Amino acid sequence: MPPLTPAVRMGVSIALAVGVYGISFGALSVAAGLSIAQTIALSALMFTGGSQFAFVGVVGGGGSFPAALAASSLLGLRNGVYAVGLDGMLHPRGLAKVLYAHLTIDESMATASAQDTVDEQRRGFFTAGVGVFITWNLFTAVGAFVGAGVDAKQFGLDGAAVAAFVGLLWPRLKDADAWATAAVCGVVTALLVPAVPPGIPIVVAGGVAFALASWQHRRSA
Amino acid sequence: MTAWLWVLGACLISFLIKLAGYLAPDSLVDSPMMRRASASITVGLLTSLVVTNAFASGQRLELDARVAALVAAIVALKLKAPYIVVVLVGALAAALARVAGMP
Repeated sequence: MPPLTPAVRMGVSIALAVGVYGISFGALSVAAGLSIAQTIALSALMFTGGSQFAFVGVVGGGGSFPAALAASSLLGLRNGVYAVGLDGMLHPRGLAKVLYAHLTIDESMATASAQDTVDEQRRGFFTAGVGVFITWNLFTAVGAFVGAGVDAKQFGLDGAAVAAFVGLLWPRLKDADAWATAAVCGVVTALLVPAVPPGIPIVVAGGVAFALASWQHRRSA
Repeated sequence: MTAWLWVLGACLISFLIKLAGYLAPDSLVDSPMMRRASASITVGLLTSLVVTNAFASGQRLELDARVAALVAAIVALKLKAPYIVVVLVGALAAALARVAGMP
């Protein structure tokens, strides 16, 4: 057992808080038409909540699997950026990089970066990473089994999906550029929905967001 | 069976993206432009997912009980409710709106 340092305490609290909404992912995934086993596989193997919600969000909306894969991959790009930062912070070597990579998520990155020393950063990374892995997978299974037994619309599960995405988006609307990106991508999506197959508007919105980022970057440079 | 292939493929890509960050030379990836692009793509995709989940039914835009969930979730977030509460409030709002007769 690692000593109960501030980093460990932070990691454990985050794991407890975050894991619980694995229930909503499990239920939504099954409501979207994935099997219980596929739902559990997503949490264990993809292990990055935003991408998982995106994958089942596209499938649930009638989108194709390629579109779902594109959406989850684009949404996972930020993990690559976290990984670069964590690599510079914690310097894992050899095969350890595989373990570090799998545990790289919003929560482990945030817990590690909140610490002051390398030892604490590493403890924070692992406590949050392993802790969320355990709770997220446990509660995903609970949600999948519960979700399989209820009428999705009667229990407002489609409303839960809407709220889940608003809740993920909200903390990222930190400045005027983010709000502008959200506004443009929201309008583009609404215009594209009637015109192209389900799922495609989401992927196009990702491309539009990238173009906006280049433009915002050049303007501020 | 096909579904499994896409599920596992998507999992593999997500993992490889994470691993790439540990293997790539920092100069290539850790630029202000890359950080901005990744933050922006995240916002764009999540907004798009909000819009499609709230208003799209296949290729049609519809106003139904999900709008109540959208409004209720925003109110909950404004009141600084924790994430799980926001999700539950969304579900409750949609369920109640249906009881009240919305499609």
